[in-house]
Amino acid sequence: MRPLTAPRRPAAAPRDPAPSKLGYRYQRLMLTSGFRGSVRIGVPILLIAIIAGSWFSKPANREVLNTQILQAKQGFQERPQFMVQSIAISGADESLQLQAAALLPDAFPVSSFELDLEAMRKTIEALDAVKSASVRVGQDGALAVKITPRVPVALWRDGGVLHLIDAGGVQAGAVAVRAERLDLPLIAGDGAKHKITEALALYAGAGPLRTRVRGLVRMGERRWDIILDRDQRILLPSDGAVAALDRVIALNDAQEMLERDVAVVDLRNASRPTLRMNEEAAAALRRVNEAGAYN
Amino acid sequence: MGDLYDSQRAMRQMRKAAMQRGVVAILDVGTSKIACLVLRFDGPERLRSVDGVGSMAGQSQFRVIGAATTRSRGVRFGEVDAMQETERAIRTAVQAAQKMANVRVDHVIACLSGARPRSYGLDGALDVAGGMVTEQDISQVMANCDVPDYGANREVLHAQPVNFSLDHRSGLADPRGQIGHRLTTDMHMLTVDATAIQNIFYCIKRCDLELAGLASSAYASGMSTLVEDEQELGAACIDLGGGSTGISVFMKKHMIYTDAVRMGGDHVTSDISMGLQIPAATAERIKTFYGGVVATGMDDREMIEIGGDTGDWEHDRRTVSRAELIGIMRPRVEEILEEVRARLDAAGFEHLPSQQIVLTGGGSQIPGLDGLASKILGQQVRLGRPLRVQGLPQAAIGPAFSSAVGLTLFAANPQDEWWDFEIPADRYPARSLKRAVKWFKDNW
Repeated sequence: MRPLTAPRRPAAAPRDPAPSKLGYRYQRLMLTSGFRGSVRIGVPILLIAIIAGSWFSKPANREVLNTQILQAKQGFQERPQFMVQSIAISGADESLQLQAAALLPDAFPVSSFELDLEAMRKTIEALDAVKSASVRVGQDGALAVKITPRVPVALWRDGGVLHLIDAGGVQAGAVAVRAERLDLPLIAGDGAKHKITEALALYAGAGPLRTRVRGLVRMGERRWDIILDRDQRILLPSDGAVAALDRVIALNDAQEMLERDVAVVDLRNASRPTLRMNEEAAAALRRVNEAGAYN
Repeated sequence: MGDLYDSQRAMRQMRKAAMQRGVVAILDVGTSKIACLVLRFDGPERLRSVDGVGSMAGQSQFRVIGAATTRSRGVRFGEVDAMQETERAIRTAVQAAQKMANVRVDHVIACLSGARPRSYGLDGALDVAGGMVTEQDISQVMANCDVPDYGANREVLHAQPVNFSLDHRSGLADPRGQIGHRLTTDMHMLTVDATAIQNIFYCIKRCDLELAGLASSAYASGMSTLVEDEQELGAACIDLGGGSTGISVFMKKHMIYTDAVRMGGDHVTSDISMGLQIPAATAERIKTFYGGVVATGMDDREMIEIGGDTGDWEHDRRTVSRAELIGIMRPRVEEILEEVRARLDAAGFEHLPSQQIVLTGGGSQIPGLDGLASKILGQQVRLGRPLRVQGLPQAAIGPAFSSAVGLTLFAANPQDEWWDFEIPADRYPARSLKRAVKWFKDNW
């Protein structure tokens, strides 16, 4: 009997179509490693750049982004732990405190991100009376300002103005009248404030004359004169001034020289100390000598 | 003759460039199939400093990373017949192999089976001037070979120095540095039709590929199927292809003779197709499934449905016994083998010390072929399969791929050809700097 089903057909030859020339070239291009790499990295980057560029090209979008950035920044900076509530100034007397506080911001609370501590420190240090200052945001949201004031050691007369001078020769303020700071020596003359230590040494060495000293004058930026009351003047040499002053004090102790009517004690030449008397004294002396000569 | 080999030298440069890049494709343009293998040269022995043959017979330096075959179109008798079709087939194979290898290939080493190869044995002699043989002497002795008039439209495909002899000593492989007076050489030159080469060159060019080498497929098959002692002692490799049957005779590890019979498996298929009145595709299928050359009593009873698509029941239900099929196939196979026998006789194959014959190629898979061949070609016949190379897929290790595999060996260890040697000094252009340098070298 013959089978009713159709006989098994031989399988058709496997389809093996030739690639088109374009497809072949495309495949070869994609197998080129450099090209493939550039496509894999370059195309996504280009896409991102296009999208971002088209979004940014609209001003409204840019504004929204800027606002959002600003808000986020503000939200972070104005957290309570970053807020400065008060000022604590230490190390200065009251007048200086008031002066410094006037230079610091007064609108509190303020975020510590908005404070320029370095600039604040510089403005405070720019004050005459302040030697150095440190500004930091301390505990409990207080702006801690620590001031080291200058210590005035002398008064310096510059024309009609009386300046306070510290040991480095730097101005530490001004006073209206001499009577405000009677405890400080008064110095004057060109270059006097650069030789404060010498002046202080002389002032310290004045000893019994201290009450009579009215001031020290720098002469010719070289040497000192000590002015006493009754317009007496001690001319000191440029070298060994303190020793010369000691010598004057010794003379004064022995012969009460300065109690007499002497205008100037000149010790500039150590080997030849000279006295200049007032006119009446000189005349009197001449009279006495003449009388002595006639006798 | 100096400029005759310029294209071969250019191809050698291209091959070097391909080795540098590390990727080269092998293209076997056959009549029934086109095979493409992609090789990667990056093995441990790529930059080997030691002399001699490396491990795995020097094959560990490359690896097959892509393989593809496609049905051949537009090729007849191993020659390009329809250019566009062939180009398309090459494109198919190369694309599939590239896809498997996942690498772009730019250089191709191709082989062709037809193109009417013709072998010539040349010899040349030279009186060695300096007493010691130099490279210049070797190129000079090869230039001294009498080149026969091989015809106008022919191209030299291979020209390999087979033997050197110095005075009374023969069989020298490398006479450089040896002392003697008279240097002679024997050379094997193979010429093919120039048009066939131009056609295949053009096809490959149109696929955006560069031809980095060209070899005869018979030579490549012999390289891959003959084992070492066969190559040494003398053997013939018969590559039964689709459209042509290649013959290559090896001796002392050199090819000494090549020829091709313009008959092959396709002729068997067309015989079956004509004899049984069936389409060629069915005939091919029946041949590969049921074919043979020796009929037995069992074969009379084994009926094969040959079918048909006419709608006529009687016609579509035809059957044929296997004995009939064998009866159609055997005369054609005998004819091919007898033609091969005639070519071998003409070449003087019987004078070789060993007359081993190795059958390979797709046609060698016919059952019982070795028995038939031993009746016609002699007692020492065996079926050969190509050498195993690294990375070759299972589908491509059959005898049909022996020339493709042979080409991989050709790519990895190419034999010295005439154009691989130095150009003789007197063939340099008159104003060449090289010539001046050579003059200085010779005189100081």
